[in-house]
Amino acid sequence: MRYSGLRVIKEALTGHKGWTPAWRDPAPKPQYDIVIIGGGGHGLATAYYLAKQFSQKSVAVLEKGWIGGGNVGRNTTIIRSNYLLDGNEPFYEFSLKLWEGLEQDFNYNAMVSQRGILNLIHSDGQRDAFIRRGNAMILNGADAELLSTAQIKARYPFLNTHDARFPIKGGLAQHRGGTVRHDAVAWGYARGADSRGVDIIQNCEVTDFRIENGTCLGVETTKGFIGAGKVGCAVAGSSSRLMAKADMRLPMESHVLQAFVSEGLKPVLPGVVTFGAGHFYVSQSDKGGLVFGGDIDGYNSYAQRGNLPVVEDVCEGGMAIFPMLGRARLLRMWGGIMDMSMDGSPIIDKTHIDGLYFNGGWCYGGFKATPASGYCFAHLLATDTPHQTATAYRFDRFEKGLMIDEKGVGNQPNLH
Amino acid sequence: MIIDHPLLGPRDAAEFTYMGDAKLIDRPDPDADTAAQDFHDYAYLRDNPAGWHQELWFHEAGDRSWLVVTRNTLTHEISKVELARDVARSRGRNK
Repeated sequence: MRYSGLRVIKEALTGHKGWTPAWRDPAPKPQYDIVIIGGGGHGLATAYYLAKQFSQKSVAVLEKGWIGGGNVGRNTTIIRSNYLLDGNEPFYEFSLKLWEGLEQDFNYNAMVSQRGILNLIHSDGQRDAFIRRGNAMILNGADAELLSTAQIKARYPFLNTHDARFPIKGGLAQHRGGTVRHDAVAWGYARGADSRGVDIIQNCEVTDFRIENGTCLGVETTKGFIGAGKVGCAVAGSSSRLMAKADMRLPMESHVLQAFVSEGLKPVLPGVVTFGAGHFYVSQSDKGGLVFGGDIDGYNSYAQRGNLPVVEDVCEGGMAIFPMLGRARLLRMWGGIMDMSMDGSPIIDKTHIDGLYFNGGWCYGGFKATPASGYCFAHLLATDTPHQTATAYRFDRFEKGLMIDEKGVGNQPNLH
Repeated sequence: MIIDHPLLGPRDAAEFTYMGDAKLIDRPDPDADTAAQDFHDYAYLRDNPAGWHQELWFHEAGDRSWLVVTRNTLTHEISKVELARDVARSRGRNK
């Protein structure tokens, strides 16, 4: 069923009796050409592009719970392509371009809103770094604009620019950045993949890989063995746990990141603002809640919930830059498990096991990457060669000294 | 989380800095033939288990001792806290 304005009107006039489920609930077949483990944003996007761009007819997505119940439903919904390094920026710009055409492409309202993102500058050193990053963005075809304090004050009059602990000295804006309705991304990709023949199998946990003579033949699941020509893993925070079943140790730790939403307010915040000196980022959802977050808790965790010291730290960061935030009440907070890689950048690569492919290490920046991650992983699975924007995301980059370390902090995963 | 420091008693985890898997105590032999691969594995690869995990916590805002904390990554429950110095010596290190 194709969604359109006319369809909405027709259904409204006929009692909404014509809507059908957005995707099927099939039983698994014994064998597929490609099996994707993980029905989150990245896994569903991979399946969608495999079916749409790479004409794959036999694809399944296995999800241990329900689709979109992990990090794609737990993030702060920000999209942007404001990276510095050559290994990253072309990839994230590719992702932002896919976001720009996504809703027409998969015929689903994902509420892509290019309301702009602003990174605040508080020191001369930070200004130099942001100018450099802005130039790197422009060189890679992205947009960037350096704003003065006066320009920021005109757009965000409530920011504390006069007596803050970290006075605002300017900002780097990317006007094409913004927010997306995160759940709709999972649902849109699921619907698009399903309508092109992909089997989305929920409540189906992978318990082991079947590997013989260095080749992956399929996966053991709670719904029985499922054979596969190729297996792609896209399970974010559970990456180490899953790949341990193939006797692999990954260059990553799993950490918990908390996110927060205030009660619904009238529109007060026109775009996305990030405060790097204290690590705080905030936007306002279309429902009115201020959606914000800060640092990871900083210790290994699979608990999907965090602790109070970080809650306090995030709220202090918010109050330092947005004094008006103190008037809003915190409505909800939640935690997601991040696969924090050793250099802060992801991996989209084959493993040493034939037929087993891996996508992970997104740290706490995986949401914005969803379309390109899916496209590039689909490219790798379908053609066995990396997409041109994802050639640097290799397993062996640590051995070869080719780390993609945006912040230059080295192999300490909880600092990225 | 509360970490029961062996010398100071129960302390708020916010006083500590997390320094990763306690296996980092066991530094590879730099003279071994496989040293390059060993140090790659040591520096970059982690077990990252879901469940009990021995890890290093540095009491940065306290007595600056290093601890080995046995903690469950699924529940955040802490079952054992030792001085990293004692753990290293018990594994044959001289300091």
